[in-house]
Amino acid sequence: MTANRRTFLKVMASAGGGLMLGFSWSEAEALAGAPGAFNAYLSIAADGVVSILSPNPEVGQGIKTSFPMIVAEELDVDWKQVRVIQAALDTKNFERQVAGGSGSIRHSWQRLRKAGATARRMLIDAAAKRWQVPASECTTENGFVRHNSKKLSYGELADEAARLPVPAEVPLKDRKDFRLIRQQVKNIDNPAILTGKPLFGIDFYREGMLFAMIQRPAAFGLKIKSVDAAAAKAMPGIVDVVTFKNNVAIVGKSTWQVKKAREAVKIEYEKEAPLESTADHNRILKTLLDSPEATVRRKDGDPDAAFRTAAKVVRAEYQCPFLPHNPLEPMNFFAHVRPDGVELVGSTQTPELARNETAKLLGIPPEKVTVTLTRMGGGFGRRLKADYVLEAAELSSLIKAPVKVIWTREDDMTGGSYRPAVRYRFEAALDAGNNLVGYRLRGAGFNVGNSTREDNFPSGAVDNLLIDSVDQKSPITTGPWRAPITNFLAFAEQAFLDEVAAAAGKDPVRFRLDLLEKAKAKPVGAIKYDIDRMKAVIQLAAEKSGWGKKKGQGFSVYFSHNSYVAQVAEVVATKEGPSLKKVVAAVDCGVVVNQSGARQQVIGSVVDGFGHAMFGNLTFRDGAPEQKNFNTYRLIRMNEIPEVEVHFVDNGIDPTGLGEPALPPTGGSVANAIFAATGKRLRQQPFLEELKEATF
Amino acid sequence: MSLIKLKINERTYQTEADPDTPLLWVLRDHLGLTGTKFGCGMAMCGACTVHVNGEATRSCVLPVSAVTNARITTIEGLSVQGDHPVQKAWDEADVPQCGYCQAGQIMTAAAFLRKNPKPTDAEIETAMSGNLCRCGTYHRIREAIHLAASRPKK
Repeated sequence: MTANRRTFLKVMASAGGGLMLGFSWSEAEALAGAPGAFNAYLSIAADGVVSILSPNPEVGQGIKTSFPMIVAEELDVDWKQVRVIQAALDTKNFERQVAGGSGSIRHSWQRLRKAGATARRMLIDAAAKRWQVPASECTTENGFVRHNSKKLSYGELADEAARLPVPAEVPLKDRKDFRLIRQQVKNIDNPAILTGKPLFGIDFYREGMLFAMIQRPAAFGLKIKSVDAAAAKAMPGIVDVVTFKNNVAIVGKSTWQVKKAREAVKIEYEKEAPLESTADHNRILKTLLDSPEATVRRKDGDPDAAFRTAAKVVRAEYQCPFLPHNPLEPMNFFAHVRPDGVELVGSTQTPELARNETAKLLGIPPEKVTVTLTRMGGGFGRRLKADYVLEAAELSSLIKAPVKVIWTREDDMTGGSYRPAVRYRFEAALDAGNNLVGYRLRGAGFNVGNSTREDNFPSGAVDNLLIDSVDQKSPITTGPWRAPITNFLAFAEQAFLDEVAAAAGKDPVRFRLDLLEKAKAKPVGAIKYDIDRMKAVIQLAAEKSGWGKKKGQGFSVYFSHNSYVAQVAEVVATKEGPSLKKVVAAVDCGVVVNQSGARQQVIGSVVDGFGHAMFGNLTFRDGAPEQKNFNTYRLIRMNEIPEVEVHFVDNGIDPTGLGEPALPPTGGSVANAIFAATGKRLRQQPFLEELKEATF
Repeated sequence: MSLIKLKINERTYQTEADPDTPLLWVLRDHLGLTGTKFGCGMAMCGACTVHVNGEATRSCVLPVSAVTNARITTIEGLSVQGDHPVQKAWDEADVPQCGYCQAGQIMTAAAFLRKNPKPTDAEIETAMSGNLCRCGTYHRIREAIHLAASRPKK
């Protein structure tokens, strides 16, 4: 803990830099110069109100609640006394201000605890000094320091305590003494969300700012040939029409006026890359699986020999389509490029990347760019890219005015950065005793690099194994989508393991446990997952779901983003087709910081994973996405959700993330349950398309 | 551009806007009432739901000229203190994840509960299936609606 009072005040000043607003966006303003500032994370006012800065972007993963909970726990303060403030981007005082990879809690757990514990220690020191007693005899409780019958509130001590030397080492609480962590704490922004206060990037308005929409090429592989904006420029409220890169930006005085004017711009395009269709993708993926030029990701033993001598070989291919992210808040960003610096405000999962790329684009030092973080109306990986920030910054620099660029839903859904389409080929070799002795997986995808995760289970449990991948460049832009790679790979792997278990005549749960026991007794190569933790979630899910006692159950288990999740799905066969009734999830993410947020995160991930496995499908014709809005792109709705039951292991291990890990196993558990209920194997997403062709 | 007069949340507002401007964008761009959200622009997601004469209505496809004589309520005006039974239930069930869709969900639910104060699960699902939640908070939305329905009316 090196942050001191001075650096904290500096944080406040920089966070307060963008505050000449109609209303307070960066609440840090109120704290500027406040007494009782202990470090970059917290300050305590004389009235006992504790202000905690939450540095990471809030995208619905609940970080703005759980981060301050960790600080407050070690500080030993009443949660009702805590006020949470969203920090701006501040790379001097904070690290990894990113919402991605389910990494925030895991990365910051110790740091946040120390921030709270250090301040608590300084409060004790101040009280001990005042009472002239040894600090070791003082205790704390809910915002008070005590010594025998004497007590002082944190508020009374704060100013004095904050001036004391910062201790280098402080003990952290024993986990059994946690009073706030593991409790159900409500989303800190509930009062603002439920009354419609401006919170999200799209809610940011500034007096005098302009509005813009950008016309991007309708198909991937087109570039602008000519632009005729005369009619649009003459329309009411239109200030300018600006062409840059492959964009035509319509700038005006209101969202509706620029939207209408955009329809009046005439743009001619020409082809600069192949205009791909879904039929092309399907053909290419199949061809790639036979490519002689795959990159080997992992090889154990002698897989060729194992398949030559196998008693039985199981083969199957699995495929998933392109998917858009569709956060409900469409992309948008505010930028004001001034001669002395750049102000960026909006919803981004990676503010540092947004700052650095903006600085590079404009040829200025990164220190000249400020980024104010707003609450995000979802991200799902789309906001890990800075393209939409750069557009706003470039446009502002061209028109020399503050501007908010807004995407329509159609812009958002056709604008790219999709989850790529992938296809997998699996092969399993069983010996005469029905043991899995050989395993081959080849992944093929577009712009995805390695479409496998070669160290995933069952790697480590199979003597002879080959995992490789082939990738093809496509003009269709792709990017991370919630649980990148694993959001489709887990479905394929877990569904294929079910096929292998069936071929081996083994119960799917027993089959997995046997493999884990083998990996434990006789590991093959590197093992990158914790065998005991995986076994524990398998057993918990099996126990809680009554595995084997009901019909139509499907199992899956997955380790991703450092957490373990096992699921049992229950499907009932009806005349209309299979119906998903329930999903039981057993989760090991270590310590569960916030019961309420964590539980909903798992439920939401199951809903998301099921919805996209069932319905999600973005198809292309001549380079253009065919689904452009929710009338043709189907997202799961309330009448389609299964019951979801969540069980946490909570083994006391340092917490890992939960924004993603419960999603990947869902496609597999559901596909396996549909097989159990109907005998139909689903090997392609969306399941709906596969089920349409099936008869029951 | 025309002068538009609107009655919103029991206040009178006046602004210059093109008559075909959807109410959503008048609320957001002209009047600073940003609680009503833009999600799809074609009445498919429900994020923009407001009450027009007490009826849950999608404001993204509703020309402002059509509601100049109407009584409009937005999330900001659902209650003075943020203590409408539906808002309280939403907090109690800790519904929001990202929170973006919730204003629309609440407005749909509040209008629905006025007509059907003791709904079944199936009735709730029918009433709420026009509102998307990308985070998947549907279970808690359903729970919150039951909670609100279980409270004695003032």
